[in-house]
Amino acid sequence: MAIARDTESLSSSLDAEQLGLDRAGLLGMYRDMLVTRGIEERGHILYKQGKIPGSFYTGRGNEAGAVGVASAMQPEDAGTPLHRDMGVHVTRGVEPWRILAQYMGREDGPARGRDGNVHMALIEQNLVAMVSHLPAMMPVAVGLALAFRIRNERRVSVCWYGDGAAARGDAHEAMNFAGVRRLPVVFVCDNNQYAYSTPPQLEYACANLADRAAAYGFDGVVVDGTDILAVYSEAKRAIEKARQGGGPTLVECVTLRMEGHAVHDNAFYVPRELLDEWAKRDPIARFRLWLSEHVQASEAELSELEEQVKALLAEAQKRAESSPAPDPSELEQGVYAEPEQPQENADA
Amino acid sequence: MPEKTYLQAISDGLRQEMRRDERVFVLGEDVGVYGGAFKVTVGLLEEFGPWRVIDAPLSEIAIVGGATGSALMGLRPVAELQFSDFVSCAWDQLVTVAAKQHFRAGTPVPMVLRLPSGGGFSGGPFHSQSPESAFTHVPGLKVVCPATPHDAKGLLATAVDDPNPVLYFEHKHLYRRIKGEVPDERYTIPFGKARIERAGDDITLVTWGAMVYTAAGAAAELQSEDVSVEIIDLRTLQPWDKEAVLESVAKTSKLLILHEDTRTSGFGAEIAAQVVEEAFEQLDAPIRRIAAPDTPIPFSPQLENAYIPQVEDVASALRELAAY
Repeated sequence: MAIARDTESLSSSLDAEQLGLDRAGLLGMYRDMLVTRGIEERGHILYKQGKIPGSFYTGRGNEAGAVGVASAMQPEDAGTPLHRDMGVHVTRGVEPWRILAQYMGREDGPARGRDGNVHMALIEQNLVAMVSHLPAMMPVAVGLALAFRIRNERRVSVCWYGDGAAARGDAHEAMNFAGVRRLPVVFVCDNNQYAYSTPPQLEYACANLADRAAAYGFDGVVVDGTDILAVYSEAKRAIEKARQGGGPTLVECVTLRMEGHAVHDNAFYVPRELLDEWAKRDPIARFRLWLSEHVQASEAELSELEEQVKALLAEAQKRAESSPAPDPSELEQGVYAEPEQPQENADA
Repeated sequence: MPEKTYLQAISDGLRQEMRRDERVFVLGEDVGVYGGAFKVTVGLLEEFGPWRVIDAPLSEIAIVGGATGSALMGLRPVAELQFSDFVSCAWDQLVTVAAKQHFRAGTPVPMVLRLPSGGGFSGGPFHSQSPESAFTHVPGLKVVCPATPHDAKGLLATAVDDPNPVLYFEHKHLYRRIKGEVPDERYTIPFGKARIERAGDDITLVTWGAMVYTAAGAAAELQSEDVSVEIIDLRTLQPWDKEAVLESVAKTSKLLILHEDTRTSGFGAEIAAQVVEEAFEQLDAPIRRIAAPDTPIPFSPQLENAYIPQVEDVASALRELAAY
């Protein structure tokens, strides 16, 4: 039995206007999706060229979820995006060259070579760098919201997690605490149907992960995670509700992970037919079609935008590759933050 | 100067921090209406209200994660775990998230985690542990173990000022048993600066927490046998005052390390290793360690007394060292 509300796709530009999105904003979202996918495609190549150490993860199939939610946030809102949510960093303005430098472990990556992949964030964009223990970020996201509530700020925290992370106890503690205190946090579940090789029926026994929201005293909604306007619409509604003091919402964005868990994994366990079916719903292709049908974006206009993104990323890659490797002599620096000012009245 | 219990010093210190800095708030189980399992936070809810003294659900992960997130947004949480034993539930939050955040992302996590620790009251395996050594092995965390009311208040103030995650181990057995002079005004005690509990010339005894009093009892016995023991109370383990220990060993040439935590890989092993590395030639006897045996801490008073180092255990080790 499903409990959470199911949403419909948006089909007219009028709806987009009602959401407060103008033509430039819509094209900007399309651009952010292209940049997101483009960075990850370049990352793939760099990995195969041996320029990216360790492993490499992408969020192919998740671009609408990441960019859609991030576009619904205000600059003062905060969040904890995970490794399928690179679009969040792109939307909030991390420069692509720095992301590529991050992948390659260079000095100009946000983690300065101290961590890799999408394990990065710029605090000035109010994002917190994720850890590999993915659901461990959920109580942290709730803590961001707790700070906003304590200070009576009209800010919202967005907490990303996945179908795999949903199985961990951290998810329960985070949602329970947020529900009890009606904190301004929106839980965004990127349900891409596979936790590494494990399918939904081995991860959870309820119909939808969003159904769980009812148990925590807030609303859950299931949204087509390949439809960026549907994602934006529900994220906006949830974020503004939280901002008004209405407490948390769980927005489950359903998509399919279109590549392996990481680049080493060919995802042989995902049925071919399933991939074919979801390939037809590619979030970028869907939005491109929508833009041409509803805001009269011409083929020439869209192609030009795509070429601009390609040029941007080519330049970004060049700049990233020229970023220096981190200096090993600085390895032991920064384990601890230095006290802001000398301690006064010290009494030994 | 007013005399206060160890517990009152922590409680008053916390209230003073909250009055001084509105970023400071308290988060934990039963810290509000009930005033904390040990009554350290009594009266704070009434003074500061429910959004600065937050009764959390029974969720150590949410408490430590919530503290981390709010610290990242500029607040100064002082979170309480009801017993330090329950920190195991929040290991990921501390070790995976909070400890590594500054190194990886350059973002400070200014939070204090209060951890009532230690045995001596038949709390059994899950309410009496002293897990401080484990956290000294985690780069990015600071570890504080006050022994006196004066230090308890001053180290708490320093912990609140510190821009890093600080684990503040308060020893439960000292709460109401130990009294001392505590200034009313705010003061800080620097991390990594040991306190000489007792000056002496023949043997250096390094310890912290409740074992400071066990050490003092043993040193008093040895005094009557004409052996002069210098007791160093480290006060903080991460960072720890290696210089004070080396200076004392240079004078005494003999070292005994005492702790309530278990022996193998206890922090005493680190102290011994560093003294051997840096002062081997100054030692006139093998370094001795007195610690709990490598077992869980037991319940029955007879077993618990056998587990926790006693004055007699320390006195006899001191005699052997003196005779070496």
